[in-house]
Amino acid sequence: MSVTTGGALPGGAYDVTVIGAGVVGSAIARELARLPLRTALVEACDDVGDGTSKANTAVLHTGFDAVPGTLESRLVREGQRRLAAYAADAGIPVEPLGALLVAWDEEQLGALAGLAEKAVRNGYRSARIIPAEEVRAREPELGPGVLGALDVPGESIICPWTTTLAYATQAVRAGTDLHLNCRVRSVTPGDPHLLGTSRGPLRTRHLVNAAGLYADEIDRLLGHGDFTVTPRRGQLIVFDELARGLVRHILLPVPGALGKGVLVTPTVYGNVMLGPTAEDLDDKTATGSTAEGLALLREKGRRILPALLEEEVTAVYAGLRAATGSEDYAIRAHPVQRYVSVGGIRSTGLTASMAIAAHVVALLADGGLPVTGARELEPVRMPNLGEAFPRPYRDARMIAADPEYGRIVCHCERVTRGEIRDALAGTVPPGSLDGLRRRTRARGGRCQGFHCGAAVRALFEEGRR
Amino acid sequence: MNRTVDVLVVGAGPAGLALAARLAGAGAGRVEVLEREQDAGGVPRHCHHGGFGRPPRPWLRGPAYARQATEAAVGAGASVRTGVTATGWAGPLSLDTTSPAGLERITARAVVLATGARERPRSARLVPGSRPAGVLTTGELQQSVHLYGQSVGRRAVVVGAEPVGRHAVRTLRLAGADVVAVVTERPRGTTVRGIPLLTATTVSALRGRGRLSGVALHHADGRSGVLVCDTVVFTGDWIPDHELARRGGITLDPGTRGPCVDASFRTSAPGVFAVGNALHGVESAATAAAEGAAAAASVLAHLSGAAWPDAGPPLVVRAPLVWVTPNRVTGLAEQPLLLRSGEPLTGPVVTVGQDGRLLWRGRFPGRMSPSRSLRVPPGWTTLVDRGGGPVVVRAR
Ligand SMILES: Cc1cc2nc3c(=O)[nH]c(=O)nc-3n(C[C@H](O)[C@H](O)[C@H](O)COP(=O)(O)OP(=O)(O)OC[C@H]3O[C@@H](n4cnc5c(N)ncnc54)[C@H](O)[C@@H]3O)c2cc1C
Ligand SMILES: Cc1cc2nc3c(=O)[nH]c(=O)nc-3n(C[C@H](O)[C@H](O)[C@H](O)COP(=O)(O)OP(=O)(O)OC[C@H]3O[C@@H](n4cnc5c(N)ncnc54)[C@H](O)[C@@H]3O)c2cc1C
Repeated sequence: MSVTTGGALPGGAYDVTVIGAGVVGSAIARELARLPLRTALVEACDDVGDGTSKANTAVLHTGFDAVPGTLESRLVREGQRRLAAYAADAGIPVEPLGALLVAWDEEQLGALAGLAEKAVRNGYRSARIIPAEEVRAREPELGPGVLGALDVPGESIICPWTTTLAYATQAVRAGTDLHLNCRVRSVTPGDPHLLGTSRGPLRTRHLVNAAGLYADEIDRLLGHGDFTVTPRRGQLIVFDELARGLVRHILLPVPGALGKGVLVTPTVYGNVMLGPTAEDLDDKTATGSTAEGLALLREKGRRILPALLEEEVTAVYAGLRAATGSEDYAIRAHPVQRYVSVGGIRSTGLTASMAIAAHVVALLADGGLPVTGARELEPVRMPNLGEAFPRPYRDARMIAADPEYGRIVCHCERVTRGEIRDALAGTVPPGSLDGLRRRTRARGGRCQGFHCGAAVRALFEEGRR
Repeated sequence: MNRTVDVLVVGAGPAGLALAARLAGAGAGRVEVLEREQDAGGVPRHCHHGGFGRPPRPWLRGPAYARQATEAAVGAGASVRTGVTATGWAGPLSLDTTSPAGLERITARAVVLATGARERPRSARLVPGSRPAGVLTTGELQQSVHLYGQSVGRRAVVVGAEPVGRHAVRTLRLAGADVVAVVTERPRGTTVRGIPLLTATTVSALRGRGRLSGVALHHADGRSGVLVCDTVVFTGDWIPDHELARRGGITLDPGTRGPCVDASFRTSAPGVFAVGNALHGVESAATAAAEGAAAAASVLAHLSGAAWPDAGPPLVVRAPLVWVTPNRVTGLAEQPLLLRSGEPLTGPVVTVGQDGRLLWRGRFPGRMSPSRSLRVPPGWTTLVDRGGGPVVVRAR
């Protein structure tokens, strides 16, 4: 087991290599780690989960609104069940808040019945339409003009960062080699395949392409061209934790002729999030926000939850969905090439990750990957970042056993020196201050470092020496 | 563990320390100051420039000022506890705390919020673009350079032309960075010799992946461009650190966004006072300390059983003014009121009125800047009708 960040890659051929350590690639690596195989997970960035997987709306979907009959519909439904159970065991924060799809005009109100019926076709039977008075009673801060809502009690929020990190941690502990700062540039198909990477050659018998936005490019390196990824940007505004009391559910938009609206949802960190936009682009690196995008979100958010707009903003970010123009995932097996391509994991990949992983391993088996001898993985228990669960700074027993858990360094997010130390010594340590933030929340609060930035940086630099 | 004290002060900056020194010296019983940082002193701890204190005493550098203020409080008998954070309320006058020694619940007869203020960071200002490293506030910059000796970049842009921007420039230069420009949306700003000041200019986007590579600028006249730099410091634009106040259900003033207080620093919650930058964003350390010292008399009065007055009529401002403190009138104010404009004014005439009645009128010679408060003499506060409507402050 090892994590490498530089230098040449180990020689010999891996049994199987996964390209891309997003939530999907990491889930696949975790699933493969149950098998007695030599497995590599290679990632271009300096950390796991540094692509789209770090920048989404973090809803653990029921799949009620998927396109019935698609692979996505099945994998979201199954992935939701698997991840909810896994999260409980691994200590990944999940809050089962339930969602309300709020109708603001007659067209949207009229669409609710169809959505309820679609939910049933997706195997989800608990959705029901509720009248305006009930919506108002359950969400008193909503703006004027609510006509009704579809109540979807099974929707939850989850911590996307801990999810990816838990998968990768478990995989590495079970023997997977995680190679960071390792971009795959070329593939010479063969047996084994020869990958040319930014850190030199890597040989592997079986190959999984989980490169997210770049999955089409990897696919072409293997001679395929049946899908093209068009990034669809989603900008998001995260509001101060002092706004958390304004909203109780995930407030989803009702899709309509005028396009998809935006959602307002609490996060497990106790913030409130507003977004995302949906902008088709051709630049796969355009993860910046724009003045127009933010203005649009604020305009839409003001209608949904007027008081939210009075609160301070702690973060603005954007993620890119891997859209392919198709209404389904583009997961393709090429058994003769011992290759599986996991493309088009659009806006549900976090939820579906574990089910995608199981599906992909079955497809690899079709290509001859030996899948016998599976064992249970050593369970992981991740540090809790969620507000709904006990955190070290409030835990008298933890502090008594180790006073470093009583030494708060990041004041806005109440992150202790003990937690920062643990993250730096973790199985998959952070490669940057942003990575440390995703593991601890340090510097992620309303002051963005005014109070603690220098102290956190000092700990990070010291911990890496 | 549960404990009781007489006065619990949250925040050992100039305001909290000055108050604690006075109270302890006056025999207020057990006066305890909680400070979440490892050292007491507040913001001056990391201001290595001079200019702290008040004549006729000699100007001090920030760290020396912080030390003196701490020693004065401790010397007077206050207990100043560092590394202790007040994390929330357990009752009207009880706070939960966390420190390496564990959790405590401290109940006091009076609680004082002296939690200071922060600069609003890039995200709160909704500056679009990428999210690279190299984006700071003055607070982080000063701590990086002065407390930790960390490197900053080589080419920096400073955003904001409040006086604090000058300190950002100095600190950047001290750390070996070239400051290529100071940028402000305002028509005027504090100039620093040798550095171009770009007025009426907004930062329209941050550029760069990993590390900042430049800031896109937009001028009010329509011109735009990109300044190449690896560091940008967002300065000024203060907001009180009001988390405890809000979590305690204390009324905030919409102008200052700090707790609403009367001239005796009483908030809307009986027994809870607030002083210093927590009330209004940045003022000089001497002003914050003077507020702390002035609050001592009202805290003592409360300890000896004085009634907590009903909130008097609110004190409100009209544009271009943005705030006034105190923001309630419950009796005679002894200190001048602080009044802030959102725009520069020349020779402003300030009027105070209630229900159509003029209470006071005064002309201020010279220029009023959006980054400096006017001091309005308080004599007229005795004329306020306690049962009347809002007291309105205007400036022309
Ligand atoms: C705005 C937005 C909101 C969303 N909301 C939700 C939600 O609420 N719920 C939900 O379930 N899903 C949501 N999603 C979708 C979810 O985030 C994605 O489906 C998921 O993160 C995709 O994971 P991935 O691992 O496929 O891709 P990524 O996270 O992009 O991972 C791919 C990885 O491959 C690496 N890589 C690429 N090329 C190479 C190469 N050549 N060599 C080595 N490594 C390479 C990349 O660096 C990257 O780390 C949302 C997405 C967006 C954009
Ligand atoms: C860059 C810069 C330059 C300056 N230069 C000058 C100058 O030259 N001359 C001058 O007179 N003034 C100057 N000032 C202003 C001066 O530093 C401030 O006005 C003064 O520090 C305000 O004092 P305060 O006590 O209100 O707040 P602060 O100094 O901010 O102190 C508040 C304290 O409360 C603590 N605290 C907050 N919440 C909690 C909690 N929940 N639990 C425990 N502790 C908590 C904080 O850690 C902090 O130490 C400058 C300020 C800056 C930022």
